[in-house]
Amino acid sequence: MKYFDEYRDGSIARALVADLQKAVTRPMRIMEVCGSHTMAIFRNGIRSILPDGLELISGPGCPVCVTSASHMDAFIAMADRPGVRVAIFGDLFRVPGSKGSLANASSRGAKVDIVYSPMDALDLARKHPDDLIVFLGVGFETTTPTIAATILAAKNQNIRNFVVFSTQKTIPAPLTALLEDPALRLNGLLCPGHVSAIIGAGAYVPFAEKYKIACVIAGFETTDLLTSLILLARQIGAGEARVENTYGRVVAWEGNMRALKMVEEIFEPCDTEWRGLGCIPGSGLKIREKYREFDAEARLDIPLTPASEPKGCMCGNILKGINTPRECPLFGTRCSPASPVGPCMVSSEGTCAAFHKYGMDE
Amino acid sequence: MSEKCILLDHGSGGLASQELISSLFIKHLDNPTLRGLEDSAVLDRQNGRLAFTTDSYVVDPIFFPGGDIGKLAVHGTINDLAMRGAQPLCLSLGLILEEGMPLDDLERIIISIAEACRESGVPIVTGDTKVVPKGKGDKIFINTSGIGVVADGIDISSKNAREGDIILLSGTMGDHGITIMTRRAGIAMQGQLESDTMPLHRLVARLLKELPGSVRTLRDPTRGGVATTLNEIAANSQLGIELREESLPVRPQVRAACELLGLEPLYLANEGKLLAVVASDRAEEALQIMRETAEGAEATIIGRMFNGKAGRVVINTPVGGLRVVTPLHGEPLPRIC
Repeated sequence: MKYFDEYRDGSIARALVADLQKAVTRPMRIMEVCGSHTMAIFRNGIRSILPDGLELISGPGCPVCVTSASHMDAFIAMADRPGVRVAIFGDLFRVPGSKGSLANASSRGAKVDIVYSPMDALDLARKHPDDLIVFLGVGFETTTPTIAATILAAKNQNIRNFVVFSTQKTIPAPLTALLEDPALRLNGLLCPGHVSAIIGAGAYVPFAEKYKIACVIAGFETTDLLTSLILLARQIGAGEARVENTYGRVVAWEGNMRALKMVEEIFEPCDTEWRGLGCIPGSGLKIREKYREFDAEARLDIPLTPASEPKGCMCGNILKGINTPRECPLFGTRCSPASPVGPCMVSSEGTCAAFHKYGMDE
Repeated sequence: MSEKCILLDHGSGGLASQELISSLFIKHLDNPTLRGLEDSAVLDRQNGRLAFTTDSYVVDPIFFPGGDIGKLAVHGTINDLAMRGAQPLCLSLGLILEEGMPLDDLERIIISIAEACRESGVPIVTGDTKVVPKGKGDKIFINTSGIGVVADGIDISSKNAREGDIILLSGTMGDHGITIMTRRAGIAMQGQLESDTMPLHRLVARLLKELPGSVRTLRDPTRGGVATTLNEIAANSQLGIELREESLPVRPQVRAACELLGLEPLYLANEGKLLAVVASDRAEEALQIMRETAEGAEATIIGRMFNGKAGRVVINTPVGGLRVVTPLHGEPLPRIC
């Protein structure tokens, strides 16, 4: 299959593994920021062939995982309201709040629809004129433009029974928070592919300059990942810190200007709560006053009550890269994909799910 | 005039039921045993042990490229019998219909069941129909049970896999699962996606006849896909399973759809494929036999049983790395970004 097979070729991959061995000349800690990278690294078996000295740390780039428990509770409470039909991406369905999940709500009769695109929520709005469709916006820069486009479409088509509950987040803000944390001692960032397609490779220049950290933007195929790790290892070995982009087939230096403009039109930055990282100023996106008719928070009274994290769950520290899943007392015992306690076990991009699904005994 | 549809009367056991039975079921499914319309079918004495299985079918949509709920209900139960080495003898057909279901749709499904029975040589010998009020069901649910005969000396079970045995897959993975998922999501894909639903009892009969004693395990990787079924084989045999990623057969269009939806073909349902664990010295022959049949034309060797951690399935990736293949947990859900 074109655009896949070229990047998955076994003989090329094995040659790159040999190059990676040579490139790692000193101990180094690299964070893969994005949850899809965590998964892809496991799925390709790359974790099992990493050279000695290269430590990969999983980062906070899983939107479901960093959604706070109080937001999950608000989502579930919303789904339980009469006359409300919530539309979600599939990942959110089984994420536990402090009292059950949307899956539980659905089983007691709440209307929960899994959609593949926010635009599908508009179809739901047309099909169910008596329901208020609430799209639960949980995502990073990759999903924000499509939500913005959906709000614009709803406005153009004068659809009045559609709103968005935005907990959309941006990736650069938590990176700053992580890099300010001396406990992490990171040498390099394997930067997200699809977030970068929107914000552009240039967005990482301030990190490389200020924190002297090597940044390489990577795609999701075997050779993408290996090539990016080699470039990171070479930079770190040579004491360099700059931005390189190995995902040029998707990521432009300046990003997707059209998408960014649409996001700017609809959303404005706000402070938001991240699971594990706390409140990060300016890291969230809320709907601008001009589009308040599509803002669930403006149209509905949504109380956000503080919710405690599940007892013993280490998702917070795992998202920061301080602990690995195997260090969590619940991992594989009380917390498994079949009955998850924390969000990192639910999401298909979650670090715990990746360790549980693919991890050999390390 | 409104379209003719199923009424509660059709399940009452009265005249409307009889009308449905004669104008639809007997018309299409007719055979001497069914025709008697007795309370149960009486079968002839058989030579061998009996295999008995049951399965219910609730697939939505009920019509999909490559088949429909009726075909699935016939093939699925035939295949469950075949996976224990049984020669399928006959099936029962239980229908739960939702009030308001178009009669045309029901007839289409019954015709499809009749075709599947004729083509596989396994008749429906007894049946039942109930109608539930609108909203209490979803168009049509089907249950089929099946009886088959296991010839003397045949012992097929996932417990029988031995160290060194070779694992064959009779064709590509995920065709049925991805067809249903994309239909359900209303996603139109380029390139044809089609369910692989088909009966496998003839392929099994050939394997058992030509390789007596060498076929240890047969399983059809339906829900949960190849990954989940292999985990069950590994657990039951208390052995490890090692797969080669590059040898796993997937159609390009299925792969493309999986990439788009963030799904793995290893976890998608198949309805016309079998996994066979075969003694290593007969594995090549088994592969040739499979490939000579229409059902197994795209068969491949995908891995082997080895003395690894009991119950664990690992996969060799193209980089020369290893990862674990765990069973499926819950419905596969599409990813967020």
